[in-house]
Amino acid sequence: MTDKYTQLVSHGLGKDVAKRLGLPQPVVLRRYQPGAPLVTGPVLVIGDSAGADDIATTLLGWGLDVRRNALPKEELGAIVVVLDAVQHPRDLSKSVLTAGTSLRDLAANARVVTISRTSQSAPSPASAAARQGIDGLLRSLAKELRAGTTANGILLDDDLATTSPSALGALRFFLSGRSAYVDGQFLTVSSTSGMLPNDSDKPLAGKVAVVTGAARGIGAAIARTLHRDGATIVAVDIPAAGDHLAAVANEVRGTALQLDISRDDAGHRIIEHAIERYGRLDIVVHNAGITRDRLLANMDEGRWQSVIAVNIAAQLNINEALMASKYFKDAPRIVSVASTSGIAGNRGQTNYGASKGGVIGMVRSTAALMESFGGTINAVAPGFIETEMTAKMPFAIREAARRLNSLKQGGQPQDVAEAIAFLASDAAGGISGEVLRVCGQQLVGA
Amino acid sequence: MAVADETSGGTRNQGSAPQAPRAAVIVGGNRIPFARTGGAYVKSSNQDMLTAALDGLIARFGLQDERIGEVAAGAVLKHSRDFNLTREAVLGSALSPETPAYDLQQACATGLETVIGLSNKIKLGQIDSAIAGGVDSASDAPIAVSEGLREILLDLNRAKTPVQKLKIIGRVRPKDLAPDAPNTGEPRTGLSMGEHQALTTAQWKITREAQDELSFNSHRNLAAAYERGFFDDLITPYRGLNRDSNMRADTTLEKLSSLKPVFGKNLGSEATMTAGNSTPLTDGASTVLLATAEWADAHGLPKLATVLDGEAAAVDFVHGKDGLLMAPVFAVPRLLARHGLTLEDIDFFEIHEAFAGTVLSTLAAWEDEDFGRTRLGLDGALGKVDRAKLNVNGSSLAAGHPFAATGGRIVASLAKMLHEKGSVDGRPARGLISVCAAGGQGVVALLEAA
Repeated sequence: MTDKYTQLVSHGLGKDVAKRLGLPQPVVLRRYQPGAPLVTGPVLVIGDSAGADDIATTLLGWGLDVRRNALPKEELGAIVVVLDAVQHPRDLSKSVLTAGTSLRDLAANARVVTISRTSQSAPSPASAAARQGIDGLLRSLAKELRAGTTANGILLDDDLATTSPSALGALRFFLSGRSAYVDGQFLTVSSTSGMLPNDSDKPLAGKVAVVTGAARGIGAAIARTLHRDGATIVAVDIPAAGDHLAAVANEVRGTALQLDISRDDAGHRIIEHAIERYGRLDIVVHNAGITRDRLLANMDEGRWQSVIAVNIAAQLNINEALMASKYFKDAPRIVSVASTSGIAGNRGQTNYGASKGGVIGMVRSTAALMESFGGTINAVAPGFIETEMTAKMPFAIREAARRLNSLKQGGQPQDVAEAIAFLASDAAGGISGEVLRVCGQQLVGA
Repeated sequence: MAVADETSGGTRNQGSAPQAPRAAVIVGGNRIPFARTGGAYVKSSNQDMLTAALDGLIARFGLQDERIGEVAAGAVLKHSRDFNLTREAVLGSALSPETPAYDLQQACATGLETVIGLSNKIKLGQIDSAIAGGVDSASDAPIAVSEGLREILLDLNRAKTPVQKLKIIGRVRPKDLAPDAPNTGEPRTGLSMGEHQALTTAQWKITREAQDELSFNSHRNLAAAYERGFFDDLITPYRGLNRDSNMRADTTLEKLSSLKPVFGKNLGSEATMTAGNSTPLTDGASTVLLATAEWADAHGLPKLATVLDGEAAAVDFVHGKDGLLMAPVFAVPRLLARHGLTLEDIDFFEIHEAFAGTVLSTLAAWEDEDFGRTRLGLDGALGKVDRAKLNVNGSSLAAGHPFAATGGRIVASLAKMLHEKGSVDGRPARGLISVCAAGGQGVVALLEAA
């Protein structure tokens, strides 16, 4: 699972040598295991607003060990900084500096989470400045944290309480091992929709989920993770990948649907299969994607068109069929896999970047269309993920790509899958049109 | 939907008490692409391939942990280690290990016979679900020691003293060391299947052109079916192979007509059978999921077609009364008569292309007035098969013919074709399957859209 360098410098002699030489010191990340505690130690809740009190009360209700003031030398599992009431950049100082004094008490793989409001909805320039200031603050703090500890933020629209369902859903996601490779990122909660699961180890119980590109790599991990969370899986991939697809489908006790998603009737075929076999369709994960890299100067039409056709045109086409279907009306979820290449760009990937940028545009625009029936659509943008594909990169390039992020290591397919599983859950009902990066806070690019 | 049977150990009755016969429904099928011998599956055993075909079927229909009523399959070329082949494949698959299984062998009719036999069990109420199948590897074929060496080895095993053992070892002669490889020769005539068919082809005056055209159509039809995605839910790739490796989508009549005859060469100018209009040795496996309509509904699974009936026949080829592969000529009229049908009532014909000459000899016999009267006991010819309804998605000449796997290939494909066709003139579409087999046997079956 973890790369060899990370294993080497995580223990004993290797750890000492790396420290003395000033080498990067990635740690083995805390990843979610069913039944594992949400955080590894007490949670310090900072902030004097009513929203902060509500968060502290809620965390107590979850059975966590909550502190409103830090105890000297006590190792902390997480710090939650509630800044929902700031009006002016000056208002940040007290809470932020308080948090600063406790950073050294954070355990390995701890969490810092801010809860604040979106700057777009700010009533005044000073308020907007304070809110947007949190963006720069958090992204900088994330780069200062060590040993697998991450910092992420929750942004609330103006009329939303800190305890609205998806704010709490996002808080649980960020505190847990599910967000291991998400760092320096924000999730915006824009409505009171959504609800927390009865069983937090089976948040997708009773759901039927379609995963495209499920035969291997990230897609197979998505199928496994959604299945672990309780969903019934329809695993989709091209007929030529059918043997790997069958193995995944059998492993997750689902069904294999051999289908080229760029076919005109792909959406119809997916709906038909899910309804005939399971009587419902709740979640569609658009994971299937291809790369046909060339510098634009050398790009031929075939390479360009095939990437556009599979990576974005097929998703648009399938979404149209889904939204027209009477079977996709009960708070359905669409989650697309974008890419940091679609945000920051990547040399040799104009076609891929166009398709993945397209996914992000599609997600933002489609969110409004899904709203009337309680549906959501979001995207996850993976950074460097350890897959068969990245294993084929030249060693030096791979090693550079792997270390150039705040966590100093590549992510696992499961990390992408965990973010998707969260966005597909009932708890994320108030989150739509968002792009969540799972990149360990990649240092280059956007 | 996979519904784990919690009453494990066979306490739940899989069938109901025999009442009026129930319908046996074909839910769907799965096969691995067929590979020419010595190709992609050269390192795969019968058990490997049958397990892969089963696992693809299980994935397609969500049968993980399901206790299926019974699984039956078989292989024509079997190693001694394959004595419990089907049960071993089931144990290696994602099915419930409490699924019983048995092997069956009827030469090239093995696959079709498993479908008919299991359908009968379903109709009788003995089981609610079943998987039929077949597999063959000509690449991984068993090689036996010579009969002489085998006797010596067995004697050696029984010997008690070193002196006795030495005496026995001294009996070994160089000729005993030559291995005994399997062949397609008929034990009672010594003629290969191709040589037998060459005689029949000549007897029925089947032209080289007609055979090449049938082969050409087989390749063209199979390639077209692949192109339109017909096999997307019938095949699961295996060992890097996505399509039948024998298929030549770009073959032409010119290319086929340029090949030299390989069978019946002693017939001189009448030698018409080439590698292009004969099936090659092939490796592969196929499976078919059968059930009652209720079982399919309860599991949210499709109902493509029903298995109406089957019929077996055999001919006296040893004394030359009929051609080795002509038994279906007799089985089909009997089957049709039982249902009051004629060839004109059939919407799809699936006549296994062991050789193009086999199919064309069969059609010629049915069109022959004299043969119909004297041999089939009819008033005249049985009738004419509308060639537009024959092997419309290709058959064994293009796909290849891993002996026991051919029946499952045909049944699953025909069931899907019937389902797509739906009804004809207000009645369910009908399909007829004909498979010839070694030993002068033939098995045929009648399917109807569900």
